[in-house]
Amino acid sequence: MAGSLGKDLLGLADLSADQIRLVLDTAVPFREISERQIKKVPTLRGMTIVNLFFEPSTRTRISFEFAEKRLSADTVNVAVAGSSVSKGETLVDTARNLEAMKIDMVVVRHPASGAARFLAERIESNVINAGDGTHEHPTQGLLDLLTLRDKFGDLTGKRICICGDVLHSRVARSNIWGLTKLGAEVGVCGPRSLLPNAIGEMGVTVFDRIEDAIQWADALNILRLQLERMQGGYIPSLREYNRVFGVTRARLDAAPRDLLILHPGPMNRGVEIDSDVADGPHSVILNQVTNGVAVRMAVLYLLAGGRPELAEAAKRGAP
Amino acid sequence: MSSNISSASSRDLLLRGGRIVDPSQGLDAIGDVLMRGGLIEACGGSLTAPDGADVIDVSGLVVAPGLIDVHVHLREPGREDVETVATGAHAAAAGGFTAVCAMPNTRPVTDNQATVGFVKRQGEAAGFARVYPYGAISVSQKGETLAELGEMVGAGAVAFSDDGRPVESAHLMRTALEYARAFNVPVAEHCEDMSLARGGSMNEGLMSAKLGLKGIPAEAEEIYVIRDILLARRTGGHIHLCHLSTKGSVELVRWGKERGVNVTAEVCSHHLSLTEQAVDGYNTNAKMNPPLRTETDIEALKEGLADGTIDLLVTDHAPHHYDEKEREFADAPNGIVGLETALGVNCTYLLHPGVLSMSQMIDAMSCKPARVFHLPGGTLARGSIGDVSVFDPSRVWTVDAARFKSKGRNTPYGGHELTGQARMTIVGGRVVYRAET
Repeated sequence: MAGSLGKDLLGLADLSADQIRLVLDTAVPFREISERQIKKVPTLRGMTIVNLFFEPSTRTRISFEFAEKRLSADTVNVAVAGSSVSKGETLVDTARNLEAMKIDMVVVRHPASGAARFLAERIESNVINAGDGTHEHPTQGLLDLLTLRDKFGDLTGKRICICGDVLHSRVARSNIWGLTKLGAEVGVCGPRSLLPNAIGEMGVTVFDRIEDAIQWADALNILRLQLERMQGGYIPSLREYNRVFGVTRARLDAAPRDLLILHPGPMNRGVEIDSDVADGPHSVILNQVTNGVAVRMAVLYLLAGGRPELAEAAKRGAP
Repeated sequence: MSSNISSASSRDLLLRGGRIVDPSQGLDAIGDVLMRGGLIEACGGSLTAPDGADVIDVSGLVVAPGLIDVHVHLREPGREDVETVATGAHAAAAGGFTAVCAMPNTRPVTDNQATVGFVKRQGEAAGFARVYPYGAISVSQKGETLAELGEMVGAGAVAFSDDGRPVESAHLMRTALEYARAFNVPVAEHCEDMSLARGGSMNEGLMSAKLGLKGIPAEAEEIYVIRDILLARRTGGHIHLCHLSTKGSVELVRWGKERGVNVTAEVCSHHLSLTEQAVDGYNTNAKMNPPLRTETDIEALKEGLADGTIDLLVTDHAPHHYDEKEREFADAPNGIVGLETALGVNCTYLLHPGVLSMSQMIDAMSCKPARVFHLPGGTLARGSIGDVSVFDPSRVWTVDAARFKSKGRNTPYGGHELTGQARMTIVGGRVVYRAET
């Protein structure tokens, strides 16, 4: 089945601005379901969804599971320890076995870039990319967009700076494509050793100094610094990272305007972000989490062939 | 060399009325070629067929000295499931090649005279294209101890390389260049600084940034290119640089040649015809090492080939099993098959657009490989071995990997339309391949 998003959601690079707006618009009515006493509608009753996680994940997996359950889908969680390669069974065999059990959708998280596309091209079920290597994490990008839109309304001309390890971040790539398509100006800030060499060709403004990024931006999306980057020799130490690139209260106080603060989590408090920023008045980090469930409900609904104009009705409980 | 191939043919063979293009003699004219006793008996003009000779009409086709590919992986011993010397040599013949040089990264590694002799004998037994073994530079390709180069030359090795595994120690490379001088064979390097390249699976650039794949920067290759040129200058040894892929490499080789360094270089057909764009969608049949680069690199490589900075055209034929390529991009092995598409790709992307003349293309695919690697052939001069490629530069065909003689199906050209195709391949005066349709 193919809805208005096509068969799969693999990345925001593949979506048009209209398709992105459609997901965000659809997410708004779904958000209300989570506010109810009985947080469940029968929209996806009878559908089987497999959450196939080849990488450990708490937040994303739980968020998807809530979204699926609140739409009344039957869900199975498959956590594969280590990569498919070390397990012995290939990704394509895993996929075909799942499909033989007559499932409708697969939500996949995998350490290899391109793994979600690989799966999508080989099975008939809808595939949702829940993060593939350092490529994309489209539902995270969409929930970031929804959170920004909640605060800013139209994103045209708004300046969003993505801070930190852009090189290894799938969140960064989904944000760059999504924000650019909705008309925002995108900046990136981090040590050059953690930015792709070709970043200048991706249509973004590069800031070497976090102070300059803060002067420029309306919002900061602060990426998690993977602690193993230090062992990889990309940065000298976490302590120095915080001193040079950390988003601190003092640095934000120098800004000409209040900046919205986003973080995809989980946070390293005191490394890329200080606690008084994370918990401060302009932090929308928990709004992101709430929006994550709504956006994922919208994606599931649309991929299942749901008509966007009926999202209101679906919310009211009509099958 | 390969005496049993040469002597296998007793019947005379006359190729009548083809366009003979032999850069070694400055020849490009319609005429006949006569082979007798496995050797070229006469070349050019209108010849009379001796009694009992086979006469084949090749009018409308190009008759060239046999094509030679000095860079192929035939996988035997060790991975006979993906290719054998016989299937690889058959694929070579089907692609117009009369000889190939087989890289030593077999299992066990071809790092001793016994394995060199085995590969050579397997080639002779197959009776398709001639197979010249490479020997490894270092024992087990580990880059630690120099292998027994002299004994391997005695067993038939024509060159040395640790291909696929760059020689990390500059001292070992220096020693190999010095030591190999006694045998007058090239030392070939896979240029790659692993500290820069490790974990990379495609060219570092915009496409790798978009796909979220670790890139291999051009400098990983270029650092070794200049290092090896400098070592060749120091030692007077012959360094042959494998599969150049970047603009910078071309400039560095040009720099070395201008200073009289004994450096030669090769380029693969795919690095002249495809860019990193082919990787989009995580196409594992566009994954090879060195990776596909950019238009700028292609332009520089073409220029280097045309002006002689780059000496040879090769395939880096690297068969892999379907299942090995049918997986996540970063986990898939490097390499593509090339023997059965190279001539078509070279005609389509180099000859017809005017990058190379017919003579230049044949020079880079036959005469120069013979000269650089000190191999017989590469000429149709009287008395030479009777290795001849007959091809139709204008024939349009569609690549169908299922029809390959190679066991490998891993080609990025599947479904592509190419112009130019091998029609007949003759080794030692004997027809070893003839196109069916």
